[in-house]
Amino acid sequence: MKNIALHKVHENLGAKMVPFAGYNMPVSYEGVTAEHLTVRNGVGVFDVSHMGEFLVSGDNALALIQKVTSNDASKLAIGDAQYSCFPNTENGIVDDLICYRIKENTYLLVVNASNIEKDWNWISKYNEEFGAELRDLSEEYSLLAIQGPKAVEAMQSLSSLDLAAIPFYKFKVGDFAGIEHVIISATGYTGSGGFEIYCKNNEVEQIWKKVFEAGADFDIKPIGLAARDTLRLEMGYCLYGNDIDDKTSPIEAGLSWITKFTKDFVNAGFLAKQKEQKPTKRLVAFELNDRGIPRQGYDIVDGEGNIIGNVTSGTMSPSLSKGIGLGYVPTQFAKSGTEINIKVRKKAIPATIVKLPFYKN
Amino acid sequence: MNIPSELKYTKDHEWIKIEDNIATVGITDFAQGELGDIVYVDVDTLDDTVDEGEVFGSVEAVKTVSDLFMPLTGEVVEFNETLEDEPELVNTDPYNKGWMIKIDISDSSQIENLLDAEAYKEIIAG
Repeated sequence: MKNIALHKVHENLGAKMVPFAGYNMPVSYEGVTAEHLTVRNGVGVFDVSHMGEFLVSGDNALALIQKVTSNDASKLAIGDAQYSCFPNTENGIVDDLICYRIKENTYLLVVNASNIEKDWNWISKYNEEFGAELRDLSEEYSLLAIQGPKAVEAMQSLSSLDLAAIPFYKFKVGDFAGIEHVIISATGYTGSGGFEIYCKNNEVEQIWKKVFEAGADFDIKPIGLAARDTLRLEMGYCLYGNDIDDKTSPIEAGLSWITKFTKDFVNAGFLAKQKEQKPTKRLVAFELNDRGIPRQGYDIVDGEGNIIGNVTSGTMSPSLSKGIGLGYVPTQFAKSGTEINIKVRKKAIPATIVKLPFYKN
Repeated sequence: MNIPSELKYTKDHEWIKIEDNIATVGITDFAQGELGDIVYVDVDTLDDTVDEGEVFGSVEAVKTVSDLFMPLTGEVVEFNETLEDEPELVNTDPYNKGWMIKIDISDSSQIENLLDAEAYKEIIAG
């Protein structure tokens, strides 16, 4: 089990540390509900330094990325970020990622910690044809996500850049908390706005300290992975390993919007056909109409009690105070407003398919 | 860690207070801390007679769900309905306002199988 650079800092803050994707990670500090609401209403900081970062550069960098990812990276200007995925050849997904265009021929791919090795091997295999320069920076870089409606105001004093002028899914490389060449990205996994800050491991302690100093007047707080999960689920953002995996296609998962047939890529032929013919199952969002909390792996049943699907993510929504979840159902059940049931132990609890996001600002 | 000496305990992190033939049951301070924010206590065995070791309900935290086990055989005669609106009482006051059920004990000889505070302390230390 590996430790992130700020391991001791989190321990000293009283974090509950748990093994996650090969790292000891802070899962909660004061409690998931309070942390969740801090991000929804104020500003909080996640240490997500376990995430993987690959630098792709050279003349064929874009060609390689176009081949292995589903979104169209040719649309990226320098300073743009893009959500994407690596489709596999078995109609599933290797991983989802964010692609940043750093320079003319330099891109940063940010991947899930649990998939770093699998992704690296997958990309390297395709790179034999392209010969781009690939570097795994995962062990050298830290990542702090400063999220919430007060993030911009709370952090502005730490940078000479105008933070409010960085639009959603764009980034700047500049000074932050006294460190030069930091990536300040207007991205996140919470739906409440804010930034993700990429820096070197030996810079992260200074940045963490200054972020808390600057945020003190805004009641900034550290936030654990448990609240990260409830926040992303309220927005309906997919979590790899739950809602998408080696066996689910981006079309089934509702990720057609990042699957662009304007270019050739791995498994594009199958995915184009699946999109055209409509997939037989779909990832849907549902809310429970009665007390109960859906959990990953619970059955979804129809009115007669027949199993029609399964829950891939579920929780009690701290913002809405009701059970919410995602799961796969046959396409005929996927329309919003459709009544289904979630089997919570012995009971079938009525639920309704809804449109995302669950939480609306 | 708060482990009141006058209560009995189980290895499943429940506490039991016995008065006459009625056992009041809740989860321990240690258990609520491990579970985190409790959002729902589901007891579907009210008025049923349930055997020792069988599930009488479940406690849901934001991130996890955990079964609740009968510490003693008996009839579930009362559920703490306050928890329907304020499940967080299990976190804030696990030994008092956070109690979950009352059992009319069928076989009082089972009481001697319960742990005392010292024995429970050793379990959570181990």
